[in-house]
Amino acid sequence: MANDIGAFFDAEPDKAEAVKGIANHLRRYWDPRMRREMLAHYRKGGAGLNPLVRSAVALLKDPPARR
Amino acid sequence: MYSDGYEDLGTPPGESAKTVTLEIDGKQVTVPEGTSIMRAAALVNRSIPKLCATDTLKAFGSCRLCLVEIEGRRGYPASCTTLVADGLKVSTETPKLQQLRRGVMELYLSDHPLDCVSCPANGHCELQDMAEVLDITDTRYGLGEVNHQHVPKDASNPYFTFDPTQCIVCSRCVRACDEIQGTFALTIQGRGFESKVAASQDESFLASECVSCGACVESCPTAALTEKSVIALGRPDRVETTTCGYCGVGCSFNAEVREDEVIRMVPNRDGHANHGHACVKGRFAFGYATHPDRITTPMIRKSIDDPWQQVSWDEAIDYTAREFKRIQEQYGRDAIGAITSSRCTNEETFLVQKLVRATFGNNNVDTCARVCHSPTGYGLKNTIGESAGTQAFDSVMKADAIIVVGANPTDGHPVFASQLKRRLRQGAKLIVADPRAIGLVRSPHIEAEYHLPVRPGANVALFNAMAHVIVTEGLTKEDYIAERCEPEAYQKWKAFVAEERNSPEAMAAATGVEPDLVRNAARLYATAGNGAIYYGLGVTEHSQGSTMVMAIANLAMATGNLGREGVGVNPLRGQNNVQGSCDMGSFPHEFSAYRHVSDPVVRGEFEAAWGRPLLDEPGLRIPNMFEAALDGSFKGLYVQGEDIAQSDPNTQHVTAAIAAMECVVVQDLFLNETAKYAHVFLPGSSFLEKDGTFINAERRCSRVRKIVEPRAGFQDWEVTMLLSNAMGYPMRYRHPSEIMDEIARLTPTFAGISYEKLDRLGSIQWPCNDLAPEGTPTMHVGEFVRGKGKFLLTEYVPTTERATRRYPLLLTTGRKLSQYNVGAQTRRTPNVTWASADVLEIHPDDAEMRGIKDGDMVGVTSRAGEIVLPARLSTLVRPGVVYTTFHFPESGANVVTTENSDWATNCPEYKVTAVEIVKVNQPSAWQKRFHEFTEHQLELLKGRETTHA
Repeated sequence: MANDIGAFFDAEPDKAEAVKGIANHLRRYWDPRMRREMLAHYRKGGAGLNPLVRSAVALLKDPPARR
Repeated sequence: MYSDGYEDLGTPPGESAKTVTLEIDGKQVTVPEGTSIMRAAALVNRSIPKLCATDTLKAFGSCRLCLVEIEGRRGYPASCTTLVADGLKVSTETPKLQQLRRGVMELYLSDHPLDCVSCPANGHCELQDMAEVLDITDTRYGLGEVNHQHVPKDASNPYFTFDPTQCIVCSRCVRACDEIQGTFALTIQGRGFESKVAASQDESFLASECVSCGACVESCPTAALTEKSVIALGRPDRVETTTCGYCGVGCSFNAEVREDEVIRMVPNRDGHANHGHACVKGRFAFGYATHPDRITTPMIRKSIDDPWQQVSWDEAIDYTAREFKRIQEQYGRDAIGAITSSRCTNEETFLVQKLVRATFGNNNVDTCARVCHSPTGYGLKNTIGESAGTQAFDSVMKADAIIVVGANPTDGHPVFASQLKRRLRQGAKLIVADPRAIGLVRSPHIEAEYHLPVRPGANVALFNAMAHVIVTEGLTKEDYIAERCEPEAYQKWKAFVAEERNSPEAMAAATGVEPDLVRNAARLYATAGNGAIYYGLGVTEHSQGSTMVMAIANLAMATGNLGREGVGVNPLRGQNNVQGSCDMGSFPHEFSAYRHVSDPVVRGEFEAAWGRPLLDEPGLRIPNMFEAALDGSFKGLYVQGEDIAQSDPNTQHVTAAIAAMECVVVQDLFLNETAKYAHVFLPGSSFLEKDGTFINAERRCSRVRKIVEPRAGFQDWEVTMLLSNAMGYPMRYRHPSEIMDEIARLTPTFAGISYEKLDRLGSIQWPCNDLAPEGTPTMHVGEFVRGKGKFLLTEYVPTTERATRRYPLLLTTGRKLSQYNVGAQTRRTPNVTWASADVLEIHPDDAEMRGIKDGDMVGVTSRAGEIVLPARLSTLVRPGVVYTTFHFPESGANVVTTENSDWATNCPEYKVTAVEIVKVNQPSAWQKRFHEFTEHQLELLKGRETTHA
């Protein structure tokens, strides 16, 4: 799914803007659980993530834990 | 017959801004130019006798009752067909006119039953009224040897009867079917005394092309066309105005009631969305509210394999509250959530999202818009700044070129479709972009200028190709764009669509549409004057749903088609209150009016009002709830008025997720598919049993009024309050108007809305605030809501769901006119007369290759699952595409749809599923399991009155 988001933003010729767009989308629309899973996957190497998405995930902070 | 108490003014109003002053029976009257003398007289309480005239139809001049005398003019002109003129002096009552009228009436009565006492129209019959006005109790002529008094009735339609003995051949029904509905199913057959109303080729109403909209019944001045419910139950003792609980047109109805029983629903001629028209569903299919399947007592059970136990409301609410609290203590605060209803009122939806945010303490709330128009919210918010359509329905009457893409309004939004067809008959041009040759492509007096049979999944390719034509041929409105849009974004987009790879020729392989057709359609839209785009789920329910909405907005901005009447981007919202439920903050990431939960100012306002800290992170969407349920972290769900087990894609995945939860609470009218997996059933209230508001596809907020008492004892908003109170967060509203007042305080676009204003104005289109105290029919006038419009790059990314050797056909889905969504309501009405099963439409070429004949049972298999449906050979679909509906749970259409979804919103890709079709001779394995499970659950339901908690 993250790669699908990346595919949309890939049309943007300014790749720095594209990366910011992906990161912003993940922050605004993905719940913390999904962002945590993505960060965990990224930290294990991020297999399968396209380069733009990988760069965007790198901009994400860990969401605060909740109980 | 029109609604009890309605004052019929005889002919439609004049439209001109210029006025005319004349004298009628010595009284001065000033009216718009183009008004008939009949209507002008009615406006000054000088009602002129009439039979063939009614104010929803053009003047016809046939009955000759409405004659008048005009000073200086010869003869006795019909006042319905004679227009006002400055200085006219009209007399409506003279001895000569009385003599002429009495003569006409005697002729009418000479071939008409005179037993008014036993007639269902007694007391509400225009013929009877005219006889009284003209003081006629008998006729000189008597019943002749040749008469029409033995012609048999046609009772074929389940909802109304045609009795030719009562017919006065005024042609109102024929004209209503032509002018209002646009089906042209009726005619006057024969001449002179042989004239009679005939349906299609003199067939029964049921066998004819009649779509049972009821326009003929509403326009009939006698008992010739009468609702069967009126014949059975008689006249009402009260009338209440409310709003339909079916589709997103939001028709206004007058509910006629006798004691506690609804006799009939009559479309309100003063209704702002529907102007007195309706469809078979809203008009007639309200019987589900009193169906024997209704469950009116709460029930609980520990496990879905246990029998249901009937309990009191207190017990059910207490059980639910304890279970939800237990789950949160055991699994964490995020382990429960709710799904709001797009059929419940704004007030009810607002309370459910408040329950989740303030009581549950998380943001795990979502709505069924997730699976239909969530891409509309995303796409329009990011391009033009507001998550809603830009126009009122009436705007279509000023459109010159209309694109209908991914929608079938004749079936899904019938009353709007009738209005659209009126505009087309006036000369507007139509472009249809749809894999199927929907009814609008060619039907009586309507033909699309261009039908673009785009392959499922290629919408973005098509619209990029159209944009390419508009940009490269210099058809953009540069002044408009320079004034109203972000320049840098526009230049980027312009360069992008101008690339040769976006041309119609380069995209033809993807779209499957001839390049010349694309070029001509694009030119027509760009140059016709006022270009309007209407779209539906054939746009949004794709992996590029949001991208396509942006492409639509791009096209509208590029051609200057936003910000006035006659143009616009118009999402045809499906359900009666899906727009409202989104407006109310049903999304996990947004408060009301689409404001992000991370916005500290907005969140602060809600925290102050609700007295609770609120979460600043988005919660779970519906698909995420399923994933979380399967991985064990989401255990409790409150589902109000939704049936996710039938409506959501990949049914086996959904039911596995629901079954994995520990407390599923369903609040509904019936034991629906989701309730078969539930632990608590809270009986819901229908739209007839509550006060509140709905918001339709034009942002129009209209009142819903309680017509009868809720059968289960509570309106749905009261149940949500009970639950919140039991869980420790007090809610103390005495009436839904207080909830609307809170919504208005917290929601800038609703700031000016109140029940008092709704009662005064009839309806209000948001935004309604100090800048627009009576609401906003047309948005983005002058500037876009976000300031400057933003063009966004819409690269075509083919869906991963493609035809393969194993699954060579593409399945797409839609709706039928007579059934509504999952069919929970319409399956429980006589609407099953027209559709009693889902079928698979397959092109004859594809069928022949597979040895399939019309009516054969066929297996439909995808990578997600297999179902069996009856086949119907049809050239409405193109080769390579098959089509079905999802109104019957036993069909299991969503067993075969996949987890593919829109990249931005997770809106499922219902419209593209790769399948293979083979002839079979037994139900699928899923269908066998479904029948067994359903039988088992119905058995568990049966013993509920005798099983005690």
